[in-house]
Amino acid sequence: MSAPLATLVESWNYLVVICLMMGGLFIVISQNNLVKKLVGLAIFQTSVFLFYISVGKIAGGTAPILLKGDETLYSNPLPHVLILTAIVVGVATTALGLALVLRINAAFGSIEDDEVLSMKAADAEPRGRRDRSPEDAA
Amino acid sequence: MTIVQVIANLPALVVVIPLLLSPIVALTPVAGLAWVLAVLGTGGALFCAVLLQGAVTGGAGFSYFLGNWPPPWGIEFVVDPVSAFTVLVMAALAFVATLFARGALPAEIAEGDAGKAYSAWLLACGGLSGLVLTGDAFNLFVFLEISALSSVILIALGAGRDRRALIAGYNYLIIGAVGATFYVIGVGFIYAVTGSLNMADLAVRIPEVAETNVVRIGFGFMMAGLLVKAAIFPVHVWLPAAYAFAPSAVSALLAAIATKASLYIIARVMFGVFAGVPDLAAFTAEFILIPLALAGIFLGTILAIYENDIKKLLAFSSVAQIGYIALGFGVATTAGLAAGFVHIGNHALIKGGLFLAVGCYAVALGRRVNLGQMAGLGRRMPITTTAFLICGLSLIGLPLTAGFISKLYLVRALLEAEMIMVMLLVMGSSALSVVYLWKIVEVLWTPGEGETPVRQAPVRETPALYLPLWIIAIANIWFGVAPAPLVDAATRAAMYLTGGM
Repeated sequence: MSAPLATLVESWNYLVVICLMMGGLFIVISQNNLVKKLVGLAIFQTSVFLFYISVGKIAGGTAPILLKGDETLYSNPLPHVLILTAIVVGVATTALGLALVLRINAAFGSIEDDEVLSMKAADAEPRGRRDRSPEDAA
Repeated sequence: MTIVQVIANLPALVVVIPLLLSPIVALTPVAGLAWVLAVLGTGGALFCAVLLQGAVTGGAGFSYFLGNWPPPWGIEFVVDPVSAFTVLVMAALAFVATLFARGALPAEIAEGDAGKAYSAWLLACGGLSGLVLTGDAFNLFVFLEISALSSVILIALGAGRDRRALIAGYNYLIIGAVGATFYVIGVGFIYAVTGSLNMADLAVRIPEVAETNVVRIGFGFMMAGLLVKAAIFPVHVWLPAAYAFAPSAVSALLAAIATKASLYIIARVMFGVFAGVPDLAAFTAEFILIPLALAGIFLGTILAIYENDIKKLLAFSSVAQIGYIALGFGVATTAGLAAGFVHIGNHALIKGGLFLAVGCYAVALGRRVNLGQMAGLGRRMPITTTAFLICGLSLIGLPLTAGFISKLYLVRALLEAEMIMVMLLVMGSSALSVVYLWKIVEVLWTPGEGETPVRQAPVRETPALYLPLWIIAIANIWFGVAPAPLVDAATRAAMYLTGGM
């Protein structure tokens, strides 16, 4: 095996990260369904979690519990803690996004981006006219 | 607790007071009480911010260790001329917007939602202050998300009046989350090569690995995410709809403070954290910030000229004004940075005031306002319209208003850096902004055709709405006539950044 290829195989976890990252971002951009967009966003964020964990991991390392006179090889615990925070943030983002999709569905009767957008565009014109009527009546 | 201890804890209090009050406010069933608590929260933050600004006038900064863990292991809040200035501007505008919310919010959201709305309001204020004060790159991401998620809630509250607010909120959520995630990816790269998250510590460690691709890629990801958050062209797409469909008080709050925090972070990252790799910052400033800023200035101004919905018009104008701030940072000299910070303060005053005035119109008319419906409002609502005019003139940069000082310093910085072409473009865009302001003024003072007498009758203007507006209008004149305090603080901030972290 040539050297670059060997590097690629050894760091396969980063390949997974790149695939998830690009896939997730592509779903966010390309999908028409508002829920699927959120799924894409979650995948995109998950790839970052994996990235951080990969960076902090040492092969053969254990949990960083130090005993007296003991020189254990341990992984850096900080990225794990950071990602714990990032997971909470991700859950909150997804939850809020889903709540918004529920409200959009209630208001527009659809969760397809193009349908909602065309209704939104339709709102722009007749709304102005409808808004005017009450005061004209008054 | 002695006075000294209180002062030592001020940096945390600016952020903690709004954040701690937020859950209490959420449980408050009475709208009036929730508002009083919100005023206490933002007022307390403003009081702390004023004291902090006083503490850094000497030019030196200090920091606060959260949980008493010393950096680089713990998270620190950094108070220096740069962050103290930005926090003061934001706290002041947030306080005035909160005063305005009492009259404006009930007209646009359901009575029962008031407690939750003020809760999200306080979260946004606390989150944005934290964004500015924190000295930890990852903690910054957390505050970024706190402020973004609460802003989304506030924007979506506009759905009571116009269902399109839901889509605006959803789009901001998605675009904002992608931007924030880009920022985290960048931090991850930098952390992988430096092993540190503390900004001051990073500024020391990055030069050791400056010539690696990892640093360049990390910087790229961080900047890409921050540009989205600051709504710099071409990643400003979330901003117009978000400002246009949010409730009036929320538009004023977000327009005044939300993008300012992200612009501040851009300056901090470029000239603080990455000060050790001047090539990278200089390249970004010259080939990314300046072209994008100029494109944003012209696109925003031209879209504003053709826009008919008054809030959207002001939002497009915001895109252009953000361009002026980014242009100041792009010049990358002390004078340029100072111009950027001066405009951070002045634009907060200008756009905050304009959105408050539009809020007054919206409440008085009981609906969304487009230009056609504003016909003759100048005669029907003279108090509000006069203040609107003052802020508008400040926007185009008439002498004796705050906006003039911004333009003056920006043009002076561009001349100093010998960017004559750019300076001419700035002058040209200022002239263009007269067009859209004139369009509004013309409509305000000409009665519409075929008007019924009812529609020409004066509208009752309530002090609860126009007093906050006038506070800002007077500030616009005040900082135009006596700009020294603002300019001094901004210059101190710029000198602090260019003189190293």
